[in-house]
Amino acid sequence: MIKRVRYIVCFLLLATIGFSPCRIYGQEIDAKKIIFSHIGDSYGWHITTWGERKIGVPLPIIIIDHSNKLNLFLSSRIEEGSVYKNFKIADSGKFAGKIVEVGKSGEITRPIDISLTKSAFALLLNSIILISIILFVARWYRRKPLMPPTGFVGAMEIFIMDINDNVIKPSIGENYHKFAPYLLTAFFFIFINNVMGLIPLFPAGANTTGNIAVTMVLALCTFFVVNISGTKQYWKETVWPEVPLWMKVPLPLMPLIEIFSVFSKPFALMIRLFANIMAGHAIILSLTVLIFITVAMGPAVNTGMTVISVILSIFMNCLELLVAYIQAYVFTMLSAIFIGLSQVGRRNVETC
Amino acid sequence: MSLLTPDAGLLFWMLISFGAVFFILAKYGFPVIVKMVEERRAYIQQSLDAAKAANVKLEELKRESDAIIASARAEQTKILHEANVFRESILSSAKEEAGKLTSKLIDDAKKEIEREREKSMKMIRNQVADLSVDIAGKVIRRELEADDAHMDLIEKYIKETTSIKS
Repeated sequence: MIKRVRYIVCFLLLATIGFSPCRIYGQEIDAKKIIFSHIGDSYGWHITTWGERKIGVPLPIIIIDHSNKLNLFLSSRIEEGSVYKNFKIADSGKFAGKIVEVGKSGEITRPIDISLTKSAFALLLNSIILISIILFVARWYRRKPLMPPTGFVGAMEIFIMDINDNVIKPSIGENYHKFAPYLLTAFFFIFINNVMGLIPLFPAGANTTGNIAVTMVLALCTFFVVNISGTKQYWKETVWPEVPLWMKVPLPLMPLIEIFSVFSKPFALMIRLFANIMAGHAIILSLTVLIFITVAMGPAVNTGMTVISVILSIFMNCLELLVAYIQAYVFTMLSAIFIGLSQVGRRNVETC
Repeated sequence: MSLLTPDAGLLFWMLISFGAVFFILAKYGFPVIVKMVEERRAYIQQSLDAAKAANVKLEELKRESDAIIASARAEQTKILHEANVFRESILSSAKEEAGKLTSKLIDDAKKEIEREREKSMKMIRNQVADLSVDIAGKVIRRELEADDAHMDLIEKYIKETTSIKS
Protein backbone atom coordinates (compact mmCIF):
# COMPACT_ATOMS: atom_id res chain seq x y z
CA MET A 1 0.00 0.00 0.00
CA ILE A 2 2.68 2.48 1.07
CA LYS A 3 4.81 1.40 -1.87
CA ARG A 4 1.96 2.09 -4.26
CA VAL A 5 1.39 5.55 -2.74
CA ARG A 6 5.07 6.29 -3.18
CA TYR A 7 4.87 5.30 -6.85
CA ILE A 8 1.90 7.55 -7.40
CA VAL A 9 3.64 10.50 -5.74
CA CYS A 10 6.76 9.96 -7.88
CA PHE A 11 4.67 9.77 -11.01
CA LEU A 12 2.84 12.96 -10.11
CA LEU A 13 6.13 14.77 -9.48
CA LEU A 14 7.50 13.65 -12.86
CA ALA A 15 4.26 14.60 -14.55
CA THR A 16 4.36 18.10 -13.11
CA ILE A 17 7.89 18.58 -14.39
CA GLY A 18 6.96 17.14 -17.74
CA PHE A 19 3.78 18.89 -18.68
CA SER A 20 2.17 21.62 -16.73
CA PRO A 21 4.28 24.75 -16.98
CA CYS A 22 5.66 24.50 -20.52
CA ARG A 23 2.51 25.56 -22.30
CA ILE A 24 2.21 28.98 -20.72
CA TYR A 25 5.84 30.00 -20.60
CA GLY A 26 6.23 33.61 -21.46
CA GLN A 27 2.67 34.57 -20.65
CA GLU A 28 1.99 37.00 -17.89
CA ILE A 29 -0.41 35.51 -15.35
CA ASP A 30 -2.96 37.92 -13.91
CA ALA A 31 -4.02 35.96 -10.81
CA LYS A 32 -6.38 38.64 -9.58
CA LYS A 33 -8.23 38.71 -12.88
CA ILE A 34 -8.52 34.93 -13.02
CA ILE A 35 -9.86 34.70 -9.49
CA PHE A 36 -12.26 37.61 -9.72
CA SER A 37 -13.55 36.60 -13.11
CA HIS A 38 -14.58 33.32 -11.55
CA ILE A 39 -15.99 34.70 -8.33
CA GLY A 40 -17.89 37.43 -10.13
CA ASP A 41 -20.61 36.98 -12.67
CA SER A 42 -20.19 36.87 -16.45
CA TYR A 43 -22.42 36.97 -19.49
CA GLY A 44 -21.07 33.82 -21.09
CA TRP A 45 -19.91 30.63 -19.48
CA HIS A 46 -16.21 30.33 -20.23
CA ILE A 47 -15.02 26.75 -19.71
CA THR A 48 -11.45 26.70 -20.92
CA THR A 49 -9.08 28.15 -23.45
CA TRP A 50 -7.46 25.59 -25.72
CA GLY A 51 -4.48 27.22 -27.36
CA GLU A 52 -5.95 30.33 -28.94
CA ARG A 53 -9.52 29.10 -29.01
CA LYS A 54 -11.89 29.93 -26.22
CA ILE A 55 -14.30 27.17 -25.33
CA GLY A 56 -17.47 28.20 -23.57
CA VAL A 57 -21.22 28.19 -23.58
CA PRO A 58 -22.92 31.38 -24.77
CA LEU A 59 -25.86 32.41 -22.60
CA PRO A 60 -28.87 34.51 -23.59
CA ILE A 61 -28.69 38.24 -23.06
CA ILE A 62 -32.02 39.86 -22.20
CA ILE A 63 -32.07 43.62 -22.24
CA ILE A 64 -34.83 46.19 -22.19
CA ASP A 65 -33.33 49.28 -23.78
CA HIS A 66 -34.27 52.93 -23.34
CA SER A 67 -37.03 52.78 -25.89
CA ASN A 68 -38.58 49.93 -23.83
CA LYS A 69 -37.73 47.40 -26.51
CA LEU A 70 -36.83 43.86 -25.54
CA ASN A 71 -33.50 42.71 -26.96
CA LEU A 72 -32.66 39.03 -26.95
CA PHE A 73 -29.38 37.67 -28.29
CA LEU A 74 -26.55 35.32 -27.34
CA SER A 75 -23.58 36.47 -25.32
CA SER A 76 -21.19 35.27 -28.04
CA ARG A 77 -22.13 38.36 -30.07
CA ILE A 78 -20.63 40.82 -27.65
CA GLU A 79 -17.58 38.86 -26.60
CA GLU A 80 -14.21 40.56 -26.48
CA GLY A 81 -15.37 44.12 -26.93
CA SER A 82 -17.47 43.64 -30.04
CA VAL A 83 -20.56 45.81 -30.34
CA TYR A 84 -23.95 44.41 -31.20
CA LYS A 85 -26.97 46.69 -31.70
CA ASN A 86 -25.48 49.52 -29.62
CA PHE A 87 -24.70 47.09 -26.82
CA LYS A 88 -21.25 46.20 -25.58
CA ILE A 89 -19.53 45.14 -22.40
CA ALA A 90 -17.91 48.15 -20.79
CA ASP A 91 -14.15 47.81 -20.28
CA SER A 92 -13.77 50.39 -17.57
CA GLY A 93 -15.57 53.07 -15.68
CA LYS A 94 -18.65 52.87 -13.55
CA PHE A 95 -20.17 49.93 -15.39
CA ALA A 96 -17.00 47.90 -15.99
CA GLY A 97 -17.80 44.37 -17.01
CA LYS A 98 -21.47 45.07 -17.53
CA ILE A 99 -23.47 45.54 -20.69
CA VAL A 100 -23.98 49.20 -21.58
CA GLU A 101 -25.94 50.93 -24.27
CA VAL A 102 -23.89 53.25 -26.41
CA GLY A 103 -25.81 56.35 -27.38
CA LYS A 104 -25.57 58.24 -30.67
CA SER A 105 -23.09 60.71 -29.30
CA GLY A 106 -21.02 57.99 -27.62
CA GLU A 107 -22.44 58.45 -24.13
CA ILE A 108 -22.76 55.26 -22.09
CA THR A 109 -25.92 54.32 -20.21
CA ARG A 110 -27.01 51.17 -18.43
CA PRO A 111 -30.19 49.57 -19.77
CA ILE A 112 -32.45 47.27 -17.77
CA ASP A 113 -30.39 44.11 -17.85
CA ILE A 114 -32.02 40.81 -16.92
CA SER A 115 -29.60 38.63 -18.88
CA LEU A 116 -29.36 35.01 -17.98
CA THR A 117 -25.81 35.34 -16.72
CA LYS A 118 -23.58 32.52 -15.57
CA SER A 119 -24.81 32.77 -11.99
CA ALA A 120 -28.44 33.13 -13.04
CA PHE A 121 -28.15 30.14 -15.33
CA ALA A 122 -26.48 28.08 -12.58
CA LEU A 123 -29.21 29.16 -10.14
CA LEU A 124 -31.93 27.95 -12.49
CA LEU A 125 -30.10 24.71 -13.17
CA ASN A 126 -29.49 24.03 -9.48
CA SER A 127 -33.12 24.88 -8.74
CA ILE A 128 -34.27 22.35 -11.32
CA ILE A 129 -31.96 19.70 -9.86
CA LEU A 130 -33.20 20.45 -6.35
CA ILE A 131 -36.85 20.38 -7.37
CA SER A 132 -36.38 17.07 -9.19
CA ILE A 133 -34.60 15.48 -6.23
CA ILE A 134 -37.15 16.57 -3.65
CA LEU A 135 -40.16 15.80 -5.84
CA PHE A 136 -38.67 12.39 -6.61
CA VAL A 137 -38.38 11.68 -2.90
CA ALA A 138 -41.87 13.04 -2.23
CA ARG A 139 -43.30 10.89 -5.02
CA TRP A 140 -41.64 7.83 -3.54
CA TYR A 141 -43.41 8.55 -0.27
CA ARG A 142 -46.74 9.06 -2.01
CA ARG A 143 -46.39 5.76 -3.82
CA LYS A 144 -45.25 3.71 -0.86
CA PRO A 145 -46.84 5.13 2.26
CA LEU A 146 -45.73 3.66 5.60
CA MET A 147 -42.77 1.92 3.96
CA PRO A 148 -39.24 2.46 5.24
CA PRO A 149 -37.15 3.96 2.42
CA THR A 150 -33.76 2.62 1.39
CA GLY A 151 -30.83 3.97 -0.58
CA PHE A 152 -31.05 7.52 -1.87
CA VAL A 153 -34.54 8.22 -0.53
CA GLY A 154 -33.48 6.90 2.86
CA ALA A 155 -30.45 9.18 2.90
CA MET A 156 -32.60 12.17 1.91
CA GLU A 157 -35.07 11.29 4.64
CA ILE A 158 -32.32 11.30 7.25
CA PHE A 159 -31.06 14.62 5.86
CA ILE A 160 -34.48 16.30 5.74
CA MET A 161 -35.73 14.97 9.05
CA ASP A 162 -32.46 15.85 10.77
CA ILE A 163 -32.87 19.49 9.74
CA ASN A 164 -36.57 19.38 10.55
CA ASP A 165 -36.26 17.74 13.97
CA ASN A 166 -32.91 18.99 15.24
CA VAL A 167 -32.72 22.50 13.82
CA ILE A 168 -36.18 23.86 13.04
CA LYS A 169 -38.24 22.21 15.76
CA PRO A 170 -36.11 23.16 18.77
CA SER A 171 -35.42 26.68 17.44
CA ILE A 172 -39.01 27.70 16.75
CA GLY A 173 -40.95 25.54 19.16
CA GLU A 174 -44.69 24.92 19.10
CA ASN A 175 -45.89 26.05 15.68
CA TYR A 176 -42.79 25.16 13.70
CA HIS A 177 -44.96 23.42 11.10
CA LYS A 178 -45.85 26.75 9.55
CA PHE A 179 -42.22 27.71 8.89
CA ALA A 180 -40.65 24.30 8.21
CA PRO A 181 -41.25 24.38 4.41
CA TYR A 182 -39.53 27.78 4.04
CA LEU A 183 -36.57 26.83 6.21
CA LEU A 184 -36.13 23.43 4.57
CA THR A 185 -36.29 25.06 1.16
CA ALA A 186 -33.70 27.64 2.23
CA PHE A 187 -31.41 24.95 3.63
CA PHE A 188 -31.49 22.71 0.59
CA PHE A 189 -31.34 25.63 -1.83
CA ILE A 190 -28.19 26.95 -0.17
CA PHE A 191 -26.72 23.48 0.25
CA ILE A 192 -27.15 22.40 -3.35
CA ASN A 193 -25.81 25.71 -4.62
CA ASN A 194 -22.78 25.43 -2.33
CA VAL A 195 -22.05 21.88 -3.40
CA MET A 196 -22.62 22.57 -7.09
CA GLY A 197 -20.23 25.49 -6.77
CA LEU A 198 -17.50 23.10 -5.64
CA ILE A 199 -17.79 20.78 -8.64
CA PRO A 200 -15.41 22.26 -11.20
CA LEU A 201 -16.99 20.87 -14.40
CA PHE A 202 -19.27 22.82 -16.71
CA PRO A 203 -22.90 22.60 -15.59
CA ALA A 204 -21.69 23.10 -12.05
CA GLY A 205 -18.89 25.25 -10.76
CA ALA A 206 -20.53 28.66 -10.84
CA ASN A 207 -20.21 30.79 -7.77
CA THR A 208 -23.87 31.28 -6.82
CA THR A 209 -24.13 31.47 -3.04
CA GLY A 210 -20.88 33.42 -3.05
CA ASN A 211 -22.70 36.20 -4.86
CA ILE A 212 -24.19 38.94 -2.74
CA ALA A 213 -27.35 39.25 -4.84
CA VAL A 214 -28.21 35.64 -4.10
CA THR A 215 -27.58 35.84 -0.38
CA MET A 216 -29.41 39.17 -0.28
CA VAL A 217 -32.61 37.60 -1.59
CA LEU A 218 -32.30 34.76 0.92
CA ALA A 219 -31.68 37.15 3.79
CA LEU A 220 -34.60 39.37 2.69
CA CYS A 221 -36.87 36.32 2.67
CA THR A 222 -35.90 35.55 6.25
CA PHE A 223 -36.33 39.24 7.13
CA PHE A 224 -39.88 39.28 5.78
CA VAL A 225 -40.82 35.95 7.31
CA VAL A 226 -39.54 37.07 10.72
CA ASN A 227 -41.21 40.46 10.71
CA ILE A 228 -44.50 39.54 9.06
CA SER A 229 -45.09 36.56 11.32
CA GLY A 230 -43.91 38.48 14.39
CA THR A 231 -46.35 38.62 17.31
CA LYS A 232 -47.63 41.72 19.07
CA GLN A 233 -45.31 41.00 21.96
CA TYR A 234 -42.32 40.80 19.61
CA TRP A 235 -43.08 44.29 18.29
CA LYS A 236 -43.68 45.56 21.80
CA GLU A 237 -40.31 44.19 22.90
CA THR A 238 -38.70 45.77 19.86
CA VAL A 239 -40.24 49.25 20.14
CA TRP A 240 -40.76 49.43 23.90
CA PRO A 241 -38.48 46.89 25.60
CA GLU A 242 -38.67 46.17 29.31
CA VAL A 243 -35.72 48.20 30.54
CA PRO A 244 -35.44 51.10 33.02
CA LEU A 245 -37.38 54.11 31.80
CA TRP A 246 -34.35 56.37 31.36
CA MET A 247 -33.08 54.11 28.60
CA LYS A 248 -36.22 54.80 26.58
CA VAL A 249 -37.14 58.39 27.47
CA PRO A 250 -36.15 61.02 26.45
CA LEU A 251 -33.50 59.39 24.29
CA PRO A 252 -34.85 56.09 22.86
CA LEU A 253 -31.59 54.19 23.29
CA MET A 254 -32.90 50.68 23.61
CA PRO A 255 -35.62 50.97 20.95
CA LEU A 256 -32.99 52.25 18.55
CA ILE A 257 -30.72 49.31 19.28
CA GLU A 258 -33.59 46.86 18.97
CA ILE A 259 -34.76 48.31 15.68
CA PHE A 260 -31.21 48.31 14.41
CA SER A 261 -30.92 44.63 15.33
CA VAL A 262 -34.05 43.88 13.29
CA PHE A 263 -32.07 44.93 10.22
CA SER A 264 -28.63 43.77 11.33
CA LYS A 265 -29.73 40.18 11.81
CA PRO A 266 -30.63 39.47 8.16
CA PHE A 267 -27.69 41.64 7.09
CA ALA A 268 -25.36 39.36 9.04
CA LEU A 269 -27.01 36.36 7.43
CA MET A 270 -26.39 37.84 4.00
CA ILE A 271 -22.75 38.73 4.60
CA ARG A 272 -21.89 35.49 6.41
CA LEU A 273 -23.02 33.19 3.65
CA PHE A 274 -21.65 35.38 0.88
CA ALA A 275 -18.24 35.86 2.51
CA ASN A 276 -17.77 32.22 3.46
CA ILE A 277 -18.54 30.79 0.07
CA MET A 278 -16.76 33.54 -1.83
CA ALA A 279 -13.65 33.12 0.32
CA GLY A 280 -13.69 29.35 -0.17
CA HIS A 281 -13.76 29.76 -3.95
CA ALA A 282 -11.05 32.42 -3.76
CA ILE A 283 -8.73 30.24 -1.68
CA ILE A 284 -9.09 27.18 -3.90
CA LEU A 285 -8.53 29.31 -7.01
CA SER A 286 -5.53 31.04 -5.45
CA LEU A 287 -3.96 27.68 -4.67
CA THR A 288 -4.52 26.57 -8.24
CA VAL A 289 -3.21 29.81 -9.68
CA LEU A 290 -0.12 29.38 -7.51
CA ILE A 291 1.06 26.67 -9.91
CA PHE A 292 1.02 29.07 -12.84
CA ILE A 293 2.53 31.99 -10.94
CA THR A 294 5.54 29.96 -9.83
CA VAL A 295 6.36 28.91 -13.38
CA ALA A 296 8.56 31.97 -13.68
CA MET A 297 10.61 30.88 -10.67
CA GLY A 298 12.04 27.84 -12.42
CA PRO A 299 11.10 24.17 -12.60
CA ALA A 300 12.27 23.16 -9.11
CA VAL A 301 10.18 25.74 -7.24
CA ASN A 302 7.31 25.20 -9.63
CA THR A 303 7.30 21.43 -9.05
CA GLY A 304 7.41 21.85 -5.29
CA MET A 305 4.66 24.43 -5.32
CA THR A 306 2.57 22.26 -7.63
CA VAL A 307 2.66 19.37 -5.21
CA ILE A 308 1.88 21.64 -2.29
CA SER A 309 -0.88 23.33 -4.25
CA VAL A 310 -2.54 20.05 -5.21
CA ILE A 311 -2.40 18.72 -1.66
CA LEU A 312 -3.73 21.98 -0.24
CA SER A 313 -6.43 22.12 -2.91
CA ILE A 314 -7.60 18.64 -1.94
CA PHE A 315 -7.64 19.71 1.68
CA MET A 316 -9.48 22.93 0.89
CA ASN A 317 -12.04 21.12 -1.24
CA CYS A 318 -12.79 18.75 1.64
CA LEU A 319 -13.02 21.72 3.97
CA GLU A 320 -15.30 23.55 1.56
CA LEU A 321 -17.57 20.53 1.40
CA LEU A 322 -17.87 20.83 5.15
CA VAL A 323 -18.39 24.59 4.87
CA ALA A 324 -21.07 24.02 2.23
CA TYR A 325 -23.05 22.05 4.80
CA ILE A 326 -22.19 24.22 7.77
CA GLN A 327 -23.15 27.49 6.08
CA ALA A 328 -26.48 26.10 4.91
CA TYR A 329 -26.99 24.76 8.42
CA VAL A 330 -26.05 28.03 10.08
CA PHE A 331 -28.28 30.08 7.79
CA THR A 332 -31.22 27.78 8.47
CA MET A 333 -30.58 27.60 12.19
CA LEU A 334 -30.22 31.36 12.63
CA SER A 335 -33.30 31.99 10.48
CA ALA A 336 -35.19 29.51 12.64
CA ILE A 337 -33.96 31.17 15.81
CA PHE A 338 -34.96 34.64 14.55
CA ILE A 339 -38.38 33.30 13.62
CA GLY A 340 -38.60 31.60 17.02
CA LEU A 341 -37.78 34.93 18.72
CA SER A 342 -40.49 36.69 16.74
CA GLN A 343 -43.00 34.09 17.92
CA VAL A 344 -42.59 35.16 21.54
CA GLY A 345 -45.82 34.92 23.50
CA ARG A 346 -47.64 32.90 20.88
CA ARG A 347 -47.58 29.77 22.99
CA ASN A 348 -49.11 31.57 25.96
CA VAL A 349 -51.88 32.90 23.75
CA GLU A 350 -52.58 29.44 22.44
CA THR A 351 -52.69 27.75 25.80
CA CYS A 352 -54.80 30.44 27.49
CA MET B 1 -18.90 43.40 -11.77
CA SER B 2 -18.23 44.60 -8.28
CA LEU B 3 -18.35 42.02 -5.53
CA LEU B 4 -20.33 43.92 -2.96
CA THR B 5 -23.02 45.55 -5.08
CA PRO B 6 -25.85 43.21 -5.88
CA ASP B 7 -26.64 43.09 -9.56
CA ALA B 8 -30.26 43.84 -10.44
CA GLY B 9 -30.47 41.21 -13.16
CA LEU B 10 -29.16 38.49 -10.86
CA LEU B 11 -31.49 39.67 -8.10
CA PHE B 12 -34.37 39.24 -10.52
CA TRP B 13 -33.31 35.72 -11.51
CA MET B 14 -32.60 34.75 -7.92
CA LEU B 15 -36.07 35.95 -6.88
CA ILE B 16 -37.63 33.94 -9.69
CA SER B 17 -35.66 30.76 -9.10
CA PHE B 18 -35.90 30.82 -5.31
CA GLY B 19 -39.56 31.77 -5.51
CA ALA B 20 -40.27 28.90 -7.88
CA VAL B 21 -38.31 26.44 -5.76
CA PHE B 22 -40.08 27.63 -2.63
CA PHE B 23 -43.51 27.56 -4.25
CA ILE B 24 -43.08 24.04 -5.61
CA LEU B 25 -41.24 22.46 -2.72
CA ALA B 26 -43.32 24.09 0.02
CA LYS B 27 -46.44 22.79 -1.67
CA TYR B 28 -45.53 19.40 -3.11
CA GLY B 29 -42.14 18.59 -1.62
CA PHE B 30 -41.22 19.00 2.01
CA PRO B 31 -44.66 18.94 3.69
CA VAL B 32 -45.44 15.67 1.90
CA ILE B 33 -42.17 14.09 2.99
CA VAL B 34 -42.35 15.38 6.56
CA LYS B 35 -46.00 14.38 6.87
CA MET B 36 -45.34 10.90 5.52
CA VAL B 37 -42.34 10.36 7.77
CA GLU B 38 -44.27 11.56 10.78
CA GLU B 39 -47.21 9.35 9.84
CA ARG B 40 -44.86 6.43 9.55
CA ARG B 41 -43.29 7.25 12.89
CA ALA B 42 -46.73 7.37 14.48
CA TYR B 43 -47.60 4.10 12.78
CA ILE B 44 -44.42 2.44 14.04
CA GLN B 45 -45.03 3.80 17.54
CA GLN B 46 -48.58 2.52 17.38
CA SER B 47 -47.41 -0.88 16.17
CA LEU B 48 -44.84 -1.05 18.94
CA ASP B 49 -47.46 -0.15 21.50
CA ALA B 50 -49.83 -2.73 20.07
CA ALA B 51 -47.09 -5.35 20.14
CA LYS B 52 -46.31 -4.46 23.73
CA ALA B 53 -49.98 -4.68 24.67
CA ALA B 54 -50.25 -7.99 22.83
CA ASN B 55 -47.22 -9.27 24.69
CA VAL B 56 -48.74 -8.26 28.00
CA LYS B 57 -51.98 -9.93 27.03
CA LEU B 58 -50.11 -13.03 25.93
CA GLU B 59 -48.31 -13.13 29.24
CA GLU B 60 -51.62 -12.80 31.00
CA LEU B 61 -53.15 -15.55 28.90
CA LYS B 62 -50.18 -17.76 29.56
CA ARG B 63 -50.45 -17.13 33.27
CA GLU B 64 -54.16 -17.85 33.06
CA SER B 65 -53.66 -21.06 31.12
CA ASP B 66 -50.95 -22.10 33.55
CA ALA B 67 -53.35 -21.50 36.40
CA ILE B 68 -56.04 -23.45 34.59
CA ILE B 69 -53.66 -26.33 33.97
CA ALA B 70 -52.52 -26.29 37.58
CA SER B 71 -56.05 -26.30 38.87
CA ALA B 72 -56.97 -29.05 36.43
CA ARG B 73 -54.06 -31.08 37.70
CA ALA B 74 -55.16 -30.54 41.28
CA GLU B 75 -58.67 -31.49 40.31
CA GLN B 76 -57.31 -34.61 38.64
CA THR B 77 -55.42 -35.74 41.71
CA LYS B 78 -58.42 -34.95 43.81
CA ILE B 79 -60.71 -36.95 41.54
CA LEU B 80 -58.23 -39.83 41.47
CA HIS B 81 -58.02 -39.74 45.22
CA GLU B 82 -61.75 -39.69 45.54
CA ALA B 83 -62.09 -42.56 43.09
CA ASN B 84 -59.60 -44.48 45.16
CA VAL B 85 -61.52 -43.82 48.34
CA PHE B 86 -64.74 -44.70 46.60
CA ARG B 87 -63.28 -47.93 45.29
CA GLU B 88 -62.05 -48.81 48.72
CA SER B 89 -65.45 -48.12 50.18
CA ILE B 90 -67.19 -50.13 47.47
CA LEU B 91 -64.80 -52.99 48.00
CA SER B 92 -65.25 -52.99 51.74
CA SER B 93 -68.99 -52.65 51.49
CA ALA B 94 -69.08 -55.45 48.94
CA LYS B 95 -67.00 -57.59 51.23
CA GLU B 96 -69.31 -56.78 54.09
CA GLU B 97 -72.33 -57.53 52.00
CA ALA B 98 -70.79 -60.79 50.85
CA GLY B 99 -69.96 -61.72 54.42
CA LYS B 100 -73.50 -60.94 55.45
CA LEU B 101 -74.88 -62.93 52.58
CA THR B 102 -72.72 -65.93 53.29
CA SER B 103 -73.50 -65.86 56.97
CA LYS B 104 -77.18 -65.61 56.11
CA LEU B 105 -76.84 -68.52 53.70
CA ILE B 106 -75.04 -70.50 56.31
CA ASP B 107 -77.74 -69.62 58.80
CA ASP B 108 -80.42 -70.64 56.38
CA ALA B 109 -78.64 -73.86 55.68
CA LYS B 110 -78.23 -74.46 59.37
CA LYS B 111 -81.90 -73.79 59.92
CA GLU B 112 -82.79 -76.10 57.07
CA ILE B 113 -80.55 -78.73 58.45
CA GLU B 114 -82.12 -78.25 61.84
CA ARG B 115 -85.55 -78.47 60.34
CA GLU B 116 -84.64 -81.56 58.40
CA ARG B 117 -83.07 -83.02 61.44
CA GLU B 118 -86.15 -82.27 63.47
CA LYS B 119 -88.32 -83.74 60.77
CA SER B 120 -86.24 -86.86 60.58
CA MET B 121 -86.11 -87.00 64.33
CA LYS B 122 -89.85 -86.78 64.33
CA MET B 123 -90.03 -89.52 61.77
CA ILE B 124 -87.57 -91.60 63.68
CA ARG B 125 -89.49 -90.95 66.86
CA ASN B 126 -92.72 -92.01 65.16
CA GLN B 127 -91.07 -95.06 63.75
CA VAL B 128 -89.60 -95.82 67.11
CA ALA B 129 -93.04 -95.33 68.63
CA ASP B 130 -94.54 -97.54 65.99
CA LEU B 131 -91.90 -100.08 66.49
CA SER B 132 -92.24 -99.95 70.23
CA VAL B 133 -95.95 -100.10 69.91
CA ASP B 134 -95.59 -103.01 67.53
CA ILE B 135 -93.23 -104.68 69.83
CA ALA B 136 -95.40 -103.86 72.75
CA GLY B 137 -98.40 -105.14 70.82
CA LYS B 138 -96.64 -108.32 70.04
CA VAL B 139 -95.70 -108.73 73.63
CA ILE B 140 -99.13 -107.94 74.82
CA ARG B 141 -100.87 -110.13 72.13
CA ARG B 142 -99.17 -113.16 73.56
CA GLU B 143 -100.59 -112.45 76.98
CA LEU B 144 -103.98 -111.59 75.65
CA GLU B 145 -104.50 -114.28 73.10
CA ALA B 146 -107.04 -115.92 75.26
CA ASP B 147 -109.11 -112.93 75.84
CA ASP B 148 -111.21 -111.81 72.88
CA ALA B 149 -112.14 -108.49 74.36
CA HIS B 150 -108.57 -107.60 74.70
CA MET B 151 -108.00 -108.81 71.23
CA ASP B 152 -110.63 -106.43 69.94
CA LEU B 153 -109.07 -103.54 71.77
CA ILE B 154 -105.71 -104.41 70.37
CA GLU B 155 -107.23 -104.77 67.00
CA LYS B 156 -108.64 -101.33 67.36
CA TYR B 157 -105.36 -99.87 68.41
CA ILE B 158 -103.57 -101.47 65.54
CA LYS B 159 -106.05 -100.09 63.20
CA GLU B 160 -105.57 -96.74 64.71
CA THR B 161 -101.85 -96.96 64.43
CA THR B 162 -101.92 -98.10 60.85
CA SER B 163 -104.30 -95.33 60.02
CA ILE B 164 -101.92 -92.92 61.61
CA LYS B 165 -99.04 -94.61 59.79
CA SER B 166 -100.75 -94.44 56.51
